[in-house]
Amino acid sequence: MNTVLPQRPTTEHWLIRAGLIAVTVVLLIVLLLLPLLVVFTEALRRGVPAVLAALEQPETLAAVRLSLLVAVISVPLNTVCGMAGAWCISRFRFPGRGLLVTLIELPFSVSPVISGLVWVLLFGANGWLSPLLNATGTRIVFAVPGLVLATVFVTFPFVARTLIPLMQSQGAAEEEAAITLGASGWQTYFRVTLPNIRWGLLYGVLLCNARAMGEFGAVAVVSGHIRGQTMTMPLQIEALFNDYDWIGAFSIAALLSLLALLTLVAKAALEWRIGRAGGGLL
Amino acid sequence: MKVEVWDIRKSFSSERAALAGVSLTIPDGEFLALLGPSGSGKTTLLRVLAGLDFAEAGAILFDGRPMDAVPARERGVGFVFQHYALFRHMTVARNVAFGLEIRPRNRRPPAREIRSRVAELLELLGIGELGGRFPAQLSGGQRQRVALARALAIEPGLLLLDEPFGALDAQVRKNLRVWLRDLHVRMGLTSVFVTHDQAEAMEMADRVAVLRAGRIEQIDTPKRLYGDPATPFVHEFLGESVRLACTVQDGLARIDAVPSASIPTPCPAGPAFALIRSHEIELLPGPGPARVIAIHATGPLARVLLRLGEQDVEVLRQPDAWMPAAGETCDLDLSRARIYPLQASPR
Repeated sequence: MNTVLPQRPTTEHWLIRAGLIAVTVVLLIVLLLLPLLVVFTEALRRGVPAVLAALEQPETLAAVRLSLLVAVISVPLNTVCGMAGAWCISRFRFPGRGLLVTLIELPFSVSPVISGLVWVLLFGANGWLSPLLNATGTRIVFAVPGLVLATVFVTFPFVARTLIPLMQSQGAAEEEAAITLGASGWQTYFRVTLPNIRWGLLYGVLLCNARAMGEFGAVAVVSGHIRGQTMTMPLQIEALFNDYDWIGAFSIAALLSLLALLTLVAKAALEWRIGRAGGGLL
Repeated sequence: MKVEVWDIRKSFSSERAALAGVSLTIPDGEFLALLGPSGSGKTTLLRVLAGLDFAEAGAILFDGRPMDAVPARERGVGFVFQHYALFRHMTVARNVAFGLEIRPRNRRPPAREIRSRVAELLELLGIGELGGRFPAQLSGGQRQRVALARALAIEPGLLLLDEPFGALDAQVRKNLRVWLRDLHVRMGLTSVFVTHDQAEAMEMADRVAVLRAGRIEQIDTPKRLYGDPATPFVHEFLGESVRLACTVQDGLARIDAVPSASIPTPCPAGPAFALIRSHEIELLPGPGPARVIAIHATGPLARVLLRLGEQDVEVLRQPDAWMPAAGETCDLDLSRARIYPLQASPR
């Protein structure tokens, strides 16, 4: 009698296989785990009280508050815009649709420094719109509005990019069904569209928030580095680091990393949810 | 509800077929099938009726009332989508209740009434026990019934079904045909359904509209459509047809390959062609132009394979009728053939 033995999918020598696995593991540790470990050990070098004391510095507290403020403004704004954009792109065919998709993705492909620089060129002391700003006495660059603008620009694609493929794969049939049953546009959106995309939406918002809190490049250009006023958490980390205040820098870094880890956990949970609901590709 | 469609026109979009001037009247209580190959515009017509697509010209009247300015949500039309489009995040009961629950307060029935109406509908459609399930937990046939129940919950004046059996397997399809036809009669509905399956259309519908390239080729009862097809397209679409070249002269069509056959026709003189169904061809004993290649006598009808000039022709015969032997020649009676002028065939 012939029995078919299960075949190995690869026939390479075991040394090659073990070598490749080892390289991957080492890279993982050095590139991903080690930096994270460094952040927390450096912060905790003098114990938890030192960390708490560092975080209670007025400048640091101001940075945390500013980061939260920027996120609180830019994340809802990009959520609403992203939902509207995704709806337009996935439900309608119109001239310029391709261009719109490209524009939405633009912040992904532009260097963050340039994303900050454009606002300086527009609103800066010698910028295009400076006469207008001087006349009304409003400051945008080197002030909170500039930080918000830069963050909004950088984080614009997240919600739209998550929703477009999801909504395209789900199609418009359920919405059309709701309409033939007598639902208005808003009823259709809130009772059919939104429940169908809710996990994808949450996922997009989460990514958007993580980036809004962590953005450095674009924000650094428009910030002006006024301590206690226009310093977000990432900027404050750099400033403290340059001051050789290791505990202070790494304390904030640990706080940000903690946030990133929480985001990752939530993201994994959402992916599991979306996968189970059969909500389409992400 | 009586539906009138006047000269509806719609040009090609990237997604859906065009309509090139469609007019028809659907009397109250009729079960009409829109039959045609893909790209003939049947789904577009259905969507225009529902108000999901808009025509560039023409008019639609429901019971004499023009629908041009009436949005889909106010038309009171039940629409069953090809893939059912059930709300995936709602239970079956909530799906069916949707059309009632979203009504403005002054037209919304009380919650208790909605519940009993939903239960009644689910019972009527034979899915009374499925109210608590989610669409993902249902079979194709069950989903189709839920989609129907949901459409019927708003008591539509007109029920539109887009390929209602398209996504089901053959056996379920067959049972549902009878059942749907029965439901239509019992509920006194006016229904229009789209299909590309001619057997389905012929079996279920009171009348069938055959569409081709955005026009109605013919609209008639299945019997008349089959027995008296107005165009060669209808003839060939509704059943396997044998096509024979012929020449018309003095009001008589002479089949090129069968000298004995001359069929009276109103067609103008010139080249033409004859269409005839396999069971309409009579075999006559004696020498003739057809040579018998093979005879398959199994099944309710015997299949006789003939060689006629350059062409192979299949003839269906009662097994007890006269039968030539393989290798013999015989003559053909083609008097039931329909003659169409050659130039009218392509549009």
